[in-house]
Amino acid sequence: MSALSNWSWDYDGWIVLAGILCAVAASLPGNFLLLRRMSLLGDAISHAILPGLAVAFLITGSRSSLPMFLGAVIVGLLTAVFTEWIRNFGEVDEGASMGVVFTTLFALGLVMIVQAADHVDLDPGCVLYGSLETTTFDMVNVAGTEIPRVVLVLAAVTVINLVVVVLFFKELKLSAFDPALATTCGISARLMHYLLMIIVAVTAVASFESVGNILVVAMFVVPPATAFLLTERLRSMIIVSALIAAVSATLGHVSALVVPSWFGYRSTSTSGMMALCAGILFFAVSLFAPQHGVLIRILRRQRLSRRILSEDLIALLYRMDERKSGVVASIDQLRAALLSGGLMSSLLMKQHARKGHVIATANGYQLTDSGRRLGAELVRSHRLWEQYLVSEGGVAVDRIHGQAEQLEHFTGRELRDRLQQETSAPVLDPHGSPIPPE
Amino acid sequence: MSGSIAQPPNNTLPLSVRDLTVAWYRKPVIWDVGLDVTPGQLVGVIGPNGAGKSTFLKAIMDLVPRASGRIEIFGQSYKRSRHRVGYVPQRESVDWDFPVSVLDVVTMGLYGKIGWCMPVRRHHREAALRALERVGIGEFANRQISQLSGGQQQRTFLARALVQDADLYLMDEPFAAVDAATEKAIVQILREMKQAGKTTIVIHHDLHTVPEYFDSVVLLNMRVVASGPTETVFTRDNLEKTYGGRLTLLDEATEAMRRRERTL
Repeated sequence: MSALSNWSWDYDGWIVLAGILCAVAASLPGNFLLLRRMSLLGDAISHAILPGLAVAFLITGSRSSLPMFLGAVIVGLLTAVFTEWIRNFGEVDEGASMGVVFTTLFALGLVMIVQAADHVDLDPGCVLYGSLETTTFDMVNVAGTEIPRVVLVLAAVTVINLVVVVLFFKELKLSAFDPALATTCGISARLMHYLLMIIVAVTAVASFESVGNILVVAMFVVPPATAFLLTERLRSMIIVSALIAAVSATLGHVSALVVPSWFGYRSTSTSGMMALCAGILFFAVSLFAPQHGVLIRILRRQRLSRRILSEDLIALLYRMDERKSGVVASIDQLRAALLSGGLMSSLLMKQHARKGHVIATANGYQLTDSGRRLGAELVRSHRLWEQYLVSEGGVAVDRIHGQAEQLEHFTGRELRDRLQQETSAPVLDPHGSPIPPE
Repeated sequence: MSGSIAQPPNNTLPLSVRDLTVAWYRKPVIWDVGLDVTPGQLVGVIGPNGAGKSTFLKAIMDLVPRASGRIEIFGQSYKRSRHRVGYVPQRESVDWDFPVSVLDVVTMGLYGKIGWCMPVRRHHREAALRALERVGIGEFANRQISQLSGGQQQRTFLARALVQDADLYLMDEPFAAVDAATEKAIVQILREMKQAGKTTIVIHHDLHTVPEYFDSVVLLNMRVVASGPTETVFTRDNLEKTYGGRLTLLDEATEAMRRRERTL
């Protein structure tokens, strides 16, 4: 952690704050972009504003002027407008028309900047990767305190975005979920679209010239996508996305200082590392999310297959018991019949013994009364399904076993009663085996 | 007739459509549609796939641009009578993974009334809950919508239409792929709405249930093939005209026009 020994709140503190503000500001509208499946529009706008910056810059010759800001915002909005035009008139899908618009505008801006680069001080590289590290070079005195200009601008943008999202929460939500209904309610989905585009463009422009493109583009998409995996309500999704954005920014700066030193390098690009941290957080969440995470889904699947095996064991023992009452079956017999793993089967049979479904004897397991009831339910479900598939579905008798074998594990008392009704209460299943009574 | 009619009777019609044409790249989707709907009716719109049924509903609400035609709702333009029209879009038209609760979706029906930037209040949520209970899924109010079955989704949409408390309802296939219990519940609600004097226009696919459900029908295939009371209009002859012959010559002519445009 020696890399952090040079940490200075006057320097690093401002950088982290600038990163947090940019990340939070971008993540707020990003939620709506994500839900409207137009996340890449944030990317497109962020790139397309380059010619706006360049034109305003060439005209005014200054980097921090209001005209430059407005010029870029207007071009950003034009991106959204052009994208829609091309989609409508060119008969191509949204992704393609977006691609056409923003690469063209971006290239135009690049050409203009390079042309102007001889006599002006605007570095295309700096615009792309950002220069968070120079945050404290440009300080403004506010009420006696020296504050970086970047922080002021980004704070203003964050407040604007927050106000828009809070004030128009209902309208943004409805027009994202059901634009047709929004429009018929008098909340023009088109109007909300452009309101969203305005704050996206303002955020992109403000971030572009201070923290660079990569950070804002990442924060439009990644924190909302992460929050989407974790939440079930829009309000909490927005809050969580802002938190994730802030955490990514903080972690990003710290790791930009620390991680390279592990490998003997000097610190790396801060805004790049912030974006990378957001990506890593997303990856972690997609693995570990409590509802939609990859791990929990694997666990659920395994638990289900354990339950099914456990039920299959009891049902098998019941069938053997049917042929020869009071039969004692060894674990090897059971395992061979079910083609299941030895360890898992023994574990599950021990579990059944603990629950009193079976009695463990020296030669194997024997059903108890409660185990017999359990087995009867499963076998009843199985045979009722077989009967149902044949009599109601017209499925061939030799094809029903596999189907019924799956369905029996998801069939409760109520469904069995209905099966019994629909199949007019048969005594034997299609194979001629008796259907146990309830 | 007596001369004491203050307004011409036409003005009180929930819906009056004249010469409506909607085109998509010059190709007419619906063509020269005219229709009058009298109050308190349950109207079924029937026609084959691609006949322009959804487009017809959307054109009524200005959701798609129309090439020509005049539409009056309760004697006024749609814009002025918007608050009297409730819309139930096709279930597939929205993303059911959207992070909102069932109650949220129903409350959306009130957003127009609540007004810009005003918060949703408790009595709005209570009204939404009552509507959910009326369609029989009150217990799902706090679920996320992704957990609903198809029938429950459709009931949610119906509840949302109910809280809108409109006078004219336009429903796009509310019976599509729902279970039998839901279908029964929806029919029940539609009848109650009719009793309350509401007018409802429903796009419908299942020809068997048409005579049972609807007072009058509109047979649509680009143009209105026939419309009127179900018992006189819903005939084999008219159905054959609706489902058999499209205006194939018109199709060919517009296709030729498009080809011409492309080659020039």
